[in-house]
Amino acid sequence: MSARDDVLARIADAHRLAPSPDLPYDAVERAYRGAEVPGPDAGALVDLLVDRLLDYKALVRRTTPDGLAGTVAEALRERGATSLVVPEGVDPAWLASSDVRVVADPGPAGPLTVDALDTADGVLTGCALAVAATGTLVLDGTAGQGRRAVTLVPDYHLCVVRADQVVADVPQAVAGLEPTRPTTMISGPSATSDIELNRVEGVHGPRTLEVVLVEDAGPDRG
Amino acid sequence: MSAVMLGMPGAPPTSPRGVGHLRGEESFPAAARHSLADTQLRANLGHATRTIRGKRAAVVAELPDWEELREAGRQLKVHTMAHLPAYLVQLEEAVTARGGVVHWARDAAEANAIVVDLVRGTGSDEVVKVKSMATQEIALNEALEAAGIAAFETDLAELIVQLGHDKPSHILVPAIHRNRAEIREIFLREMGDVDPALSDDPAALANAARLHLRRKFLSARVAVSGANFAVAETGTLSVVESEGNGRMCLTLPQTLITVMGIEKVVPRYRDLEVFLQLLPRSSTGERMNPYTSLWTGVTPGDGPQEFHLVLLDNGRSAVLSDAEGRDALNCIRCSACLNVCPVYERAGGHAYGSVYPGPIGAILSPQLTGVEDNASLPYASSLCGACYDVCPVKINIPDILVHLRAEHTEAQAAGRRVPTAEAAAMQAAAVVMRSPRRWRLALRGGRLGRLLGRRRGVIGEVPLPVLKQWTDARDLTRPPTSTFRDWWAREHGDGQPSDEGERP
Repeated sequence: MSARDDVLARIADAHRLAPSPDLPYDAVERAYRGAEVPGPDAGALVDLLVDRLLDYKALVRRTTPDGLAGTVAEALRERGATSLVVPEGVDPAWLASSDVRVVADPGPAGPLTVDALDTADGVLTGCALAVAATGTLVLDGTAGQGRRAVTLVPDYHLCVVRADQVVADVPQAVAGLEPTRPTTMISGPSATSDIELNRVEGVHGPRTLEVVLVEDAGPDRG
Repeated sequence: MSAVMLGMPGAPPTSPRGVGHLRGEESFPAAARHSLADTQLRANLGHATRTIRGKRAAVVAELPDWEELREAGRQLKVHTMAHLPAYLVQLEEAVTARGGVVHWARDAAEANAIVVDLVRGTGSDEVVKVKSMATQEIALNEALEAAGIAAFETDLAELIVQLGHDKPSHILVPAIHRNRAEIREIFLREMGDVDPALSDDPAALANAARLHLRRKFLSARVAVSGANFAVAETGTLSVVESEGNGRMCLTLPQTLITVMGIEKVVPRYRDLEVFLQLLPRSSTGERMNPYTSLWTGVTPGDGPQEFHLVLLDNGRSAVLSDAEGRDALNCIRCSACLNVCPVYERAGGHAYGSVYPGPIGAILSPQLTGVEDNASLPYASSLCGACYDVCPVKINIPDILVHLRAEHTEAQAAGRRVPTAEAAAMQAAAVVMRSPRRWRLALRGGRLGRLLGRRRGVIGEVPLPVLKQWTDARDLTRPPTSTFRDWWAREHGDGQPSDEGERP
């Protein structure tokens, strides 16, 4: 008997010895606030996201579509970044006011080496969505987000989030994701609680996470 | 085919002896005696568990639907365990369809052999490792070492344990028994490339770990991980972590080997909406841990191009065959029960012998190994119930502890012709308690105990058979000068409960 058949047979034996209560999948009680529960309005969501991001020691800048290129340039200048990894699909307009050396990562066609990622000063991406209640950015490898290594090896990650990408909580985020894409949920810079259970920022992932939030200006925002 | 036709099957085998880290070298009371004498250990544990209890309570209080999430988590686990074969087969199909290879292992030795073969097949003689309870359980590092393959632990706490030639003492924070000064000493002694001016500031220590492991990450060809969740519907695996060492291992090497217990499967991707809320808040007391990675088989051009998933039984099907104990398999390894346990806080993780310490370990380890191999663990609890209150999937740990105590007592009785001292005492107590008259006399006799403990006001160790076993780990209060019945008779006279009649 193969190990596979053996393990499956053992579980079947266990079920015969101790029959389980019948609880169909659809009968599982989901009385918690699910994806269908409307969250706060868009403005309040962005405020909550900013509060959570700051709480977990991310840097945050808020701007408008017109101010985006200037805000990105300001962030890079203050960081002192002169070379920047930019994955395929990032809108070149984001960098229109910056004078950094762009290190393009064309993705699978001709990816940068790990060492090239390691020597760059940072990386600029967008995201798939952001979760307000937990201060989480979600990247799924589609256009403008890069393969997973590009947001991991550089020590500085600058991420652009549009207000319409912000969802209320984890259920809305899970509902909005395509499961088979390689997905990374990022909540603040790399951290550890391994020394006396105190959170300390800065271990193996990017030690600085900076978020640029883009909100529509004007009275009908949101 | 019905069970009647086949007869009832035997219980599935428990985790075999001789391999893995589920059995300690001494009993819990003996091991706890060493750790209780270590004041530094007790100070470290007290400080760390107090910190995490406060953080957990604060982030759990933020969610108005916490109890509803716990109940959904519990029901999802109950449903999954009842349909485990179907979900495992579905998981295998989904992972295979996306370019992964699925392996099955009956026990620790088989899982280790599979991983050793896979690593050899890559031509590499070293692996980087993401913290994983399953690979600690099966002693994979030792098996790799015996095969000439170096395993580098990359989680900070695991690194501290590995460099300190130490054993893990906590599910989440294996080095919880070490404070910052001790960690600094270990790094200075073992890393070889550390600035002697390194301070014991946690940020400086974290940076030392970053520098130490950086080249290793950037050049590693093979990684070994565990898994927090595996989605049957889509074949998606998930690792939840903080430092980015997990992302390094899951992303940069060419080959990824993931070892997971068969109980980690969840039915659908949607179910992550429950567990990704329950786990981080219960575990590190964060709204969300810094990094959660989700991957499905192999993605061309992104991450490892070879992916192996090893599904491990190692006694789990045996746990499933006990209707009263099997909820122990529902555990999502958050470690909240350790942090609230008054016994864990004082005795520490090493006293439990197994890689699974604390309340969850006290019910999981004896079931994985068979209760006779971890017979003292079901007693390593005061049954206060704090573990049940914090469990994110509502495992009734105190009930299972009592169930396992009964199982152990019955197994002992069945194996002896002469009853144990405890069984004899219980029988004698039953005879006395059946008769109110005998009970009254026995209580008065108890006043003889006042002869003991006159000096300290409590009765310490009594060097007599049976009494010694009870008193060597417990102080008894000195009996009062009069019994409750005598006091009642004095105060209320005729209200005294009747001494007449024997109960059946």
